[in-house]
Amino acid sequence: MKVLVPVKRVIDANVKVRVKADQTGVELTNVKMAMNPFCEIAVEEAVRMKEAGTATEVIVVSAGAQQAQETIRTGLAMGADRGILILSEASLEPLAVAKLLKAVVEKESADMVLMGKQAIDGDNNQTGQMLAALLGWPQGTFVSKIEKADGGLKVTREVDGGLENVALKLPAVVTVDLRLNQPRYASLPNIMKAKKKQIDTMTPEDLGVDASPRLTVLKVVEPPARKAGVKVADVAELIDKLKNEAKVI
Amino acid sequence: MDFALNHEQQLVVETVRAFVESELYPLEAEVERTGVVPPELGREIQAKVKALGFYAPNIPEEWGGGGLDHLTFTLVERELGRAAMALTVWWGRPSNILCACNDEQKQRYLLPCVAGERIDCLAITEPGAGSDARNLATVARRDGSDWVLNGSKHFISHADIADFAIVFAATGEDATAKGPRKRITCFLIDRDTAGFEVRPGYATVSHRGYHNSVLSFDDCRVPAAQMLGDEGQGLEIMNTWLYATRLTVAAMSVGRARRVFDLTAEWAATRRQFGRPIGEFQGTGFKLADMITEIDAADWLTLAAAWALDQDLPANREIASAKLYATEMLGRATDNAVQVFGGMGLVDEMPIERFWRDARVERIWDGTSEIQRHIIARAILREHGE
Ligand SMILES: Cc1cc2nc3c(=O)[nH]c(=O)nc-3n(C[C@H](O)[C@H](O)[C@H](O)COP(=O)(O)OP(=O)(O)OC[C@H]3O[C@@H](n4cnc5c(N)ncnc54)[C@H](O)[C@@H]3O)c2cc1C
Repeated sequence: MKVLVPVKRVIDANVKVRVKADQTGVELTNVKMAMNPFCEIAVEEAVRMKEAGTATEVIVVSAGAQQAQETIRTGLAMGADRGILILSEASLEPLAVAKLLKAVVEKESADMVLMGKQAIDGDNNQTGQMLAALLGWPQGTFVSKIEKADGGLKVTREVDGGLENVALKLPAVVTVDLRLNQPRYASLPNIMKAKKKQIDTMTPEDLGVDASPRLTVLKVVEPPARKAGVKVADVAELIDKLKNEAKVI
Repeated sequence: MDFALNHEQQLVVETVRAFVESELYPLEAEVERTGVVPPELGREIQAKVKALGFYAPNIPEEWGGGGLDHLTFTLVERELGRAAMALTVWWGRPSNILCACNDEQKQRYLLPCVAGERIDCLAITEPGAGSDARNLATVARRDGSDWVLNGSKHFISHADIADFAIVFAATGEDATAKGPRKRITCFLIDRDTAGFEVRPGYATVSHRGYHNSVLSFDDCRVPAAQMLGDEGQGLEIMNTWLYATRLTVAAMSVGRARRVFDLTAEWAATRRQFGRPIGEFQGTGFKLADMITEIDAADWLTLAAAWALDQDLPANREIASAKLYATEMLGRATDNAVQVFGGMGLVDEMPIERFWRDARVERIWDGTSEIQRHIIARAILREHGE
């Protein structure tokens, strides 16, 4: 089974994100970037499937600027076999990424797409679902467990109020949640091997996809600062405020 | 000129940093409290590092090590320097001097060290021979085909967990133009050799849980096969294989200083007095400015010396400068950190006092600051003299 793992380069989760002065977006210059944590979990799962013998090849693919190649190399250092970079200096919306991924899936005849449920930058949570729809494949989203079942997969989804078990026929799109696994550290031999692994570069035009944006960002602003709280003298005052000011009881 | 790390180096840094932060930091408080790392815990760390393929990263690949160049290895040391030495000692970096082993010795010493099956320690210093390492009083006398050692070593780091010691002893004296010179020879002495004893050393102010020992040799008899290199070659192999280890002290100092800096910057930005963050007072803000400037300077000095080693450029003076500057920088940085934290900088619930204590030894071991200055001055005068 050939597994395709899309990965996204995002601002490192530990960085304090700042809005640009002109409010067109967030500051990206001189900011530490890293693989989106949910993508890391997807790579880990794919590599485990390869180690268990259920996957035959793991391909990491990233759509973005040239530096996204580093994110692909990180995936290769974790144990993926080869990479594909879809080079686009323009920013890509979820639908465009889904279309690009569809083209790669078809080109590679992949049997499964394993990806993060969302990227921590835009928090859109759309690409996996859109990709499944475009491919006409079944989808399992917010997955915290994946098992191989005859002819398909059994996945556990984290939904409001509990866990849901779903059987999927292959080929399928699976988007992963935080509790699926704990991604490994890249080992030294794999870091050194990653350099020699193949990364193919292509453009949206090569894939015949129109990736131009359909949305316009009007303005990006900092969330409002949290206001200081108030001290109340006693329980009676608290109850009074909850009733009459906050109107929650 | 390109100052950027390549992608492999970035990944190496990220991996070591992530390991240190999530696997070692949580263990530190207990090490500080008890002053020991139970051997089982040490073995656990060792096993994890081996699984990562990061054990013995300094030893060439042909002997099973990680085969890192000096620059990349220096980056590893820099990140390891963030964590307690009592823990990072289990991230094996066997002494490079073991590469001087002959084929038979490689099987018994180098390969098992690379595999994490044996641990080495390095014994040069003696009560009467510190900076003046040539003046050692431990002697090895030839008896038939054996050698018999007598004397003692002190301050020998992690000998308590070592399976053998790399020991320097005098095997005679040669007359030279400058007077008699001790003929120094290196031996590999197994822990269980009769006449060899390892006793607990001194309790010191720095690096709790990272112990030093006293080694004593009392008619300790070893076959000639235990000699590393040839008789009288001790100083040569010391210079060939150990002169770069000073760089690891510089690198660890830089890594630790960055950790201390991050804690200090955060404290300065959040601790409020007189209605504002203390970092806004110039007296505090300027301390941060000095700290980060000196940390960056020490970092580049250290990496540049490592890079020079990789290019086979002369680096003895550069390594001395890096060791000198980085360790003195760490002393100033940790002292400033205590000042910024105020009283909280002195209490043992906070890590700052520990970094301040730990910093002190860096200016002493692997050649004191004065000895580094001596090396630097001598190199300069040689260049400018006739
Ligand atoms: C915790 C710890 C662990 C150690 N681990 C090891 C180990 O594993 N193996 C090992 O072999 N050694 C080890 N050492 C020893 C260490 O390398 C020595 O302490 C160091 O070389 C200094 O020697 P000394 O302590 O005898 O000081 P001394 O040489 O007596 O120096 C005292 C002072 O005199 C100064 N001085 C001496 N000579 C000169 C000179 N020519 N010019 C100017 N100033 C001079 C020194 O700079 C210093 O300030 C360790 C030491 C410590 C504290």
